[in-house]
Amino acid sequence: MVTISMDIQILFAGLLFLTGLVGFLVRRNIIFMLMSIEIMLNSAALVFVIAGSHWMQADGQVMFIFILTVSAAEVSVGLALILQMYHHYKTLDADALGNLRDEKVNEN
Amino acid sequence: MNAIFFITATVAIISSVMAITNRNAIHSLLYLIISLLSVSVIFYILGAPLIAALEVIVYAGAIMVLFIFVVMMLNIGMEEETEKGWLTPKMWIVPSILAAILLGIFICVLQVFHADKTGPDIIGPKEVGVSLFTTYLIAVEIAGVLLLAGIVGAYHLGRQQKKVIHRFLVKTGSDKKDVT
Repeated sequence: MVTISMDIQILFAGLLFLTGLVGFLVRRNIIFMLMSIEIMLNSAALVFVIAGSHWMQADGQVMFIFILTVSAAEVSVGLALILQMYHHYKTLDADALGNLRDEKVNEN
Repeated sequence: MNAIFFITATVAIISSVMAITNRNAIHSLLYLIISLLSVSVIFYILGAPLIAALEVIVYAGAIMVLFIFVVMMLNIGMEEETEKGWLTPKMWIVPSILAAILLGIFICVLQVFHADKTGPDIIGPKEVGVSLFTTYLIAVEIAGVLLLAGIVGAYHLGRQQKKVIHRFLVKTGSDKKDVT
């Protein structure tokens, strides 16, 4: 089927991972950071499937299913945390959470 | 096949870059869906049809819907946006081009695979299922526990917490109000 060398496929997965990493580092909106994590997890799973198809083993696809599970659990908990953050701080800026101490409660 | 791989990889990279550079959260999520769909095409031509289907169903179908629900609940991305802005061509022309490329590739892949369906290097769902439920059985159970923890955590965190104010604090607060 695909006669491309494995290096180029891995390079593509690496580029995808790099895109997600740059997005994670550059954006401060926490929803975009979570989306960048999704891109990175997806590219990591892509490497597993590439390796699995290279050596003709089903293990790579099994690992993809596990990564899918981890990603789903991570996204559900992360989005619930984002909702709580928005209710408490009324912002989605990740730098707004720099304080360990909750100033709002002290003001009230 | 090689041309399909390169075109799809380009679409995936472009849509990922657009997803992380866009300012509007909903547009960014739609670009991310295009990226996931193109990665799914790559899975398909790599000989992993089950994984391609799972990518579309779970990633683009379920996880992205969760994201969109949260973005819409938080009401962001609608700040300086009117419906007039949505109808301008520059909003939808790039995603349309990317999605049209993917559609063309999809048709092309279907034609090619119709010709020789039984490629020797396709790892079908049967091998994956056998490996999943024999070799990796304990990992499947651990993944189930992880999903349970995810459910409980998301339920606990997503609940609207009732504000409980201690009665002494309420009294002092009302006293202060009376004084002022």
